[in-house]
Amino acid sequence: MKIRIWGCRGSLPSPGPEKNIFGGNTSCVQITHNKTCIILDGGSGIQRLGIGIDQSITKIDILLTHLHIDHIMGLGFFQPFYNPNITINIWGPSASKEGLQQRLRRYFSPPIFPVQLKELPSKPNIIEINSSQFEIDDFKITSEYVCHPGPTVGYRLQLGDTVFTYIPDHEPALGASDYPNNPEWTSGYSLAKDADLLIHDAQYKTSEYTSRVGWGHSSFADAVKFAELTKVKKMLLFHHDPLHTDETLKELFAEIYRDQHQKLELELAQEGNIYFLT
Amino acid sequence: MSSQQIELILSRQLADSLSIPVFLVDTNGTLLFYNEPAEEILGMRYEETGSMPPEEWSTKFQPQSNDGKILDPSELPLVQTLKEKTPSHGEFWIKSMNGEMLKISVTSYPIIGRPSRFLGAVALFWKSSNT
Ligand SMILES: [Zn+2]
Ligand SMILES: [Zn+2]
Repeated sequence: MKIRIWGCRGSLPSPGPEKNIFGGNTSCVQITHNKTCIILDGGSGIQRLGIGIDQSITKIDILLTHLHIDHIMGLGFFQPFYNPNITINIWGPSASKEGLQQRLRRYFSPPIFPVQLKELPSKPNIIEINSSQFEIDDFKITSEYVCHPGPTVGYRLQLGDTVFTYIPDHEPALGASDYPNNPEWTSGYSLAKDADLLIHDAQYKTSEYTSRVGWGHSSFADAVKFAELTKVKKMLLFHHDPLHTDETLKELFAEIYRDQHQKLELELAQEGNIYFLT
Repeated sequence: MSSQQIELILSRQLADSLSIPVFLVDTNGTLLFYNEPAEEILGMRYEETGSMPPEEWSTKFQPQSNDGKILDPSELPLVQTLKEKTPSHGEFWIKSMNGEMLKISVTSYPIIGRPSRFLGAVALFWKSSNT
């Protein structure tokens, strides 16, 4: 499978010359394999994805982790929604009461957005998942609720023996008093276990995290601990804080890379980067 | 090994941070966790006992009524919560592992996650002042 990062910024799009390397668009990751096109989250990065999308694609599956604005703000600007000849499925987590369609309508309605969900020419199908297992073409997918405010899932996508896990907004340290020593009691462990590639939240410096406990995000250090616990082969640090410049990110990365013990493959997620998993 | 559902993980974390005794079980009634204040009342330590099947915890402490009649497990609030998926409350006597007879009050509630996923139950208990 081919994985491309279209947006890896957290919380708020924040373009600017000081963010040119890692990019300012919010969460959006595309997976392609043969005719399958799966898009993880509809942050502002999805706009460019839509503009350049392969015209031979007739079906797109958008998997939303949750409905925080940085993960859905690009949806209205995703060109394929305006093409009646494309089938689009939007998958997203169930809440306690209100349906996914109703919750998406809050974005797809004035005054926030002029076009209503029902007016989109592609007539997207809305599919609710929770802690579920389902298939999209050759992909076996597991979703599970994870530790983040509001209904939020992470995804484990398996193609043959290859596993890619996506948990962009996640605070596993909050749910485990002896973090990271107890896999059975660590949020997201089953999703990430032994993955070939993990994309994981790493929004804060350790010093920032101490005043943001419970906000649903991880420090660089906690993200690395999570990757070590789950024994993933490679991790991309994702959901960069909008205040962190390229320079800040490089400094934080150098620090964490120096301090980590297991020497796992570690990279900062970068807009435009492409990975091939076989 | 797979991880527990997030609702159970967070329930355990909450229990771990409270100074009232808490008991956490899965849908089958298997004891998943009890916190330090519960250890003190029950006279045993979670690190030593680990998880425990319902047949064991529901009889281990010989729960009994005011008149000394041994209670059937089905009469215990936590067992009722597991069966009915509703909150429950009760008062009864137990014999702690130290051999001490204690009157306790128990309030239990089901853990029902999104969307309507029944995942287990929690019991809060404390020494009854009404002895
Ligand atoms: Zn986010
Ligand atoms: Zn979020």
